[in-house]
Amino acid sequence: MVSLSVNGMLVKVPEGTTILDAAKKMNFRIPTLCQHDDLCVAGNCRVCVVEQLGAKSLVAACAVPVSEGMQILTNSLKVRSARKHIIELLLSEHNADCTKCYKNGMCELQNLSNEFAVGDHIFIDLNTIKEYTIDRFSPSIQKDDSKCIRCQRCVRTCEQLQGVNALTVAFKGDQQRITTFEDLSMAEVICTNCGQCINRCPTGALVERTYLDEVWDAILDPTKHVVVQTAPAVRVGLGEELGFEPGKRVTGQMVAALKRLGFDSVLDTDFTADLTIMEEGTELLTRLKRALVDKDSDVALPMTTSCSPGWVKFIEHTFPEYLPNVSSCKSPQQMFGALAKTYYADVRKLDPKDIVSVSIMPCTAKKYEANRPEMRSSGYKDVDYVLTTRELARMIKQAGVDFNMLKEDKYDSIMGASSGAGVIFGATGGVMEAALRTAYEIVTGREVPFENLNITPVRGMEGVRQASVLIEDCKEEWSFLNGVELKCAVAHGLVNARELMDGVKSGEINVHFIEVMACPGGCLGGGGQPIPTNEEIRRKRTEAIYAEDMSMEVRKSHENPEIISIYKEFLGEPLGHKSHELLHTHYTERVRY
Amino acid sequence: MSSQHVKRVDLIFEKIECRDVLKKIVDMEPDAISQEILDSDLKGRGGAGFPTGLKWRFAAKEKESIKYIICNADEGEPGTFKDREILDQVPGKVFCGMAIAGKAIGAKMGYVYLRGEYKFLIPKLNKELIEFHKTMDEFNQNFRIQIRLGSGAYICGEESALFESMEGKRGEPRNKPPYPTTSGLFGKPTVINNVETLVHTVMIMNYGAAHFRELGTKDSRGSKVFSISGDTPKAGIYELELGMTVDEFVNDFGDGDTKAVQVGGASGFCVPRKKFDETIIGFEGVPTGGSMKLFNSSRSMYNVLHNYLDFFTEESCGQCTPCRVGCQQLLKGVEAVKQGEKNSKYLDELVKLAKTMKRASKCGLGQSVGNAFGSIVENFKEEIIY
Amino acid sequence: MDTIIENELVRELANTHGRSRESLMPILQDLVVHNRFLSKQDMIDVARELDISAADVYGTATFYSFLDTEVRGKYVIRICKTISCAMKGKNEILGTIEEILKVKLGETTPDRKFSLLEANCIGWCHKAPAMLINDTPYTELTPRKVTEILREYIKN
Repeated sequence: MVSLSVNGMLVKVPEGTTILDAAKKMNFRIPTLCQHDDLCVAGNCRVCVVEQLGAKSLVAACAVPVSEGMQILTNSLKVRSARKHIIELLLSEHNADCTKCYKNGMCELQNLSNEFAVGDHIFIDLNTIKEYTIDRFSPSIQKDDSKCIRCQRCVRTCEQLQGVNALTVAFKGDQQRITTFEDLSMAEVICTNCGQCINRCPTGALVERTYLDEVWDAILDPTKHVVVQTAPAVRVGLGEELGFEPGKRVTGQMVAALKRLGFDSVLDTDFTADLTIMEEGTELLTRLKRALVDKDSDVALPMTTSCSPGWVKFIEHTFPEYLPNVSSCKSPQQMFGALAKTYYADVRKLDPKDIVSVSIMPCTAKKYEANRPEMRSSGYKDVDYVLTTRELARMIKQAGVDFNMLKEDKYDSIMGASSGAGVIFGATGGVMEAALRTAYEIVTGREVPFENLNITPVRGMEGVRQASVLIEDCKEEWSFLNGVELKCAVAHGLVNARELMDGVKSGEINVHFIEVMACPGGCLGGGGQPIPTNEEIRRKRTEAIYAEDMSMEVRKSHENPEIISIYKEFLGEPLGHKSHELLHTHYTERVRY
Repeated sequence: MSSQHVKRVDLIFEKIECRDVLKKIVDMEPDAISQEILDSDLKGRGGAGFPTGLKWRFAAKEKESIKYIICNADEGEPGTFKDREILDQVPGKVFCGMAIAGKAIGAKMGYVYLRGEYKFLIPKLNKELIEFHKTMDEFNQNFRIQIRLGSGAYICGEESALFESMEGKRGEPRNKPPYPTTSGLFGKPTVINNVETLVHTVMIMNYGAAHFRELGTKDSRGSKVFSISGDTPKAGIYELELGMTVDEFVNDFGDGDTKAVQVGGASGFCVPRKKFDETIIGFEGVPTGGSMKLFNSSRSMYNVLHNYLDFFTEESCGQCTPCRVGCQQLLKGVEAVKQGEKNSKYLDELVKLAKTMKRASKCGLGQSVGNAFGSIVENFKEEIIY
Repeated sequence: MDTIIENELVRELANTHGRSRESLMPILQDLVVHNRFLSKQDMIDVARELDISAADVYGTATFYSFLDTEVRGKYVIRICKTISCAMKGKNEILGTIEEILKVKLGETTPDRKFSLLEANCIGWCHKAPAMLINDTPYTELTPRKVTEILREYIKN
């Protein structure tokens, strides 16, 4: 333990603690901008400088570890004057167009500027001297350099959490900027659209491309039938944007709110999550059969999931040689979209051209996914607009819906029923667990041998996890799997996905089935989820997801009554002709920059 | 003004047999070497002036099997060119100094980080390096040296930025602590010394610490190679005893009309004529990496300041706010004052800003921009405003 | 998509300097020796060889003034613009070169033989004004001297 004093008060903290954390322990909050709990220390913005008695210069509280006998002042005259200067400097290179900014009221720089009562800008406005253009080419992410304060959180996110490195710091001095390879647009480079950078940008420099107006226009157009689907993770995140603590489940209120917003039908992506399990589970078993029985050496194993569009784009850019390994299943969002304008239209007797299909996603990559040219198997754009959890919260606020007072409501039907297996798609390991619950039962006729169906070995926050299930006493048609130890691996956060794929490539990791979710914690930590995010918040959302699963009557995808009926009435069988036409897709090798 | 010579010294460029020095040190206890350097009171000649022996001792104490010696030859401070001359004239002594440091701390590998602007020296250095490695083999020493090139970035002279650059990255200074002697290149204990410092250690091991201490003052022992330029009839490289006043210096090197001397380059201090007398060149007065630039009365100090600020605005690495934005504000600010767009009071705001930059910047670059700014504005306010 | 056309030079440089991150600078430096600048394709190929992102290569290269990412001529002239050279007539030298080469500062001649740039202090203050042509320093320049120097380069 190290003893030090913070503003004259003595404190003992473990060695290696930063001044920032030591001060926090004494209930002194030191302002920060470049610091983020999920990222390594940068010490760039200097907003957190404090005075260390006896030191020549001020020190960055986020970067300097405590030392014995250290005397720290967090609010001395020197500190206050430096801090105010630094905020003023940041404002002088920032396009402080606050009232018109998408992040107005949710901007960390704005808050700091307010806290320090920065009035007239004393410094020369540098922002107007530089000619900035806004990059609006990506359907997912909008990048506005005029609002960038060079804290590099986005660059560190892209590198340390995602291993993508689409963003970089380039040039130096007054030319220094955050950019991409050769200053290309975000749409032209290896960006996976995961949106993790958005979750950590303190200003409005990186925000989602918003489609609020388009969705309102559709809702208010009487000739349109607007269906909305909500992803599993939205129900455990939305509350945070509307005044609840992290981890609050608001499924019923969310459904009620969506109905009040004027959507014609409020449906659930969880339904197609269950459908994904049927298709993907069957695909896995088919691949295993080809490998084990037919001794087909061309069959691509391990098979990986394909629900996460960030992961799909990542593998297209980074490991194109493994594209045959990616499940051909569309993601639940896109399965839903394809069915909304076919199956749903048939049943509800609607002309698909009059249907506008909207999805609420914890994700920004879903916006890109919906725009892929191959995602038009209904003959129309399968999903017209994708909104993030944050955008939905904004719609609710715009419509003046008093969310807190809403009574819980239920999803409409058809395509509104789901199982607990569909819900856990929102957490890392969830797709794997859902698939195992179904596949094991299909093969053996028995439930997975885990208490309450909770396959805990695939759960958790470790970056890469491996687990295996021994398959015994199979049904006759699956007897070739008798004694097979089904090996699986799970990764979340693309930096871990990269590690996992490197392991597969080198032969170190030898498994049958891989689940990857591009975002830390899975979809519940997605790029469209409420800001801020950190491990603690993601843990609470995870707990909420599993609680939601436990609360469901049906816990297994294949037992979802609407799944049973869609196969009976419309699809026929998993991997059948209709499935292939509507629910499966293909992938494209993409550039390396 | 009577012209008087300040004392010339000939140690750095003195041609000696490096073999003899190396032969002497190979059998020495590492700690005895550090002790000798400590006894000499040698302080780093790059400008910061950290006691060299202490640095070596810190690194020697680290229990790591891999350690590095780096010769900082990224001489980029405007007005400084002495390291180029040293590398050109006595490269063998530089390598010898690295071997001594290597022996003292237990490093097997040394690197010379040479600024890209001096690439033309490479053939000569490589030739000398072959000789050096032969001598090492002869003495059964497995210390090896490689040369790495910079590519035009002033900030890479900052030690941690230099490590980053050597690791193949943008030359952005690191947070400190940890210091290089604990975690430097590739995270290993590293001693990084200026070219001239290393040559001094050779001479100290050759003639003894006492000999070195005979020159200079209590706070600034020894001699120093100066890079002298500007309005002087004697521009060039001179090894002089430390501890002279600016007045003594100007009497020797001035053109009879010197109104100011910039000591220590763009990141150093501007000394006006009225303070020549009282200002000692050395660690007790104005420290310098060796740059002495003279300005006569025909020069506009606004132009001088503007040139420096333009330099820093471009050469700041850009990662920390006070330096990146501060430099631009100082530059735009003095332009605005000069053009009458801002009144003279704005200069006071800028002086305060320069103070913040000094206190709050991440590395020595941002921390020292205020030196030139403060001293030029303080002493030549009229020239900045009108 | 991104079909891999062998970039012999990049491969060779990676073989020489290695494929770890610290090899990046030497590889980029040698590419500049060969081509005077780093092309988009070269940066992509270097990234592939070193298994790092192309953005990383670009971000690193643009930090260093000598690792140009814009097209440069066979001879890159860098005139020192820092204080001593500025005091000793750098602008006159610049004007002379602009006149001879018919290009402005920052430009490259249409035949891609010369690029005219400025540099921060190149370490020849006592012999100002100074410039570099590629790696070679020229000092104590006068309009006449620089005209003669350029005449030799133009001939070659």
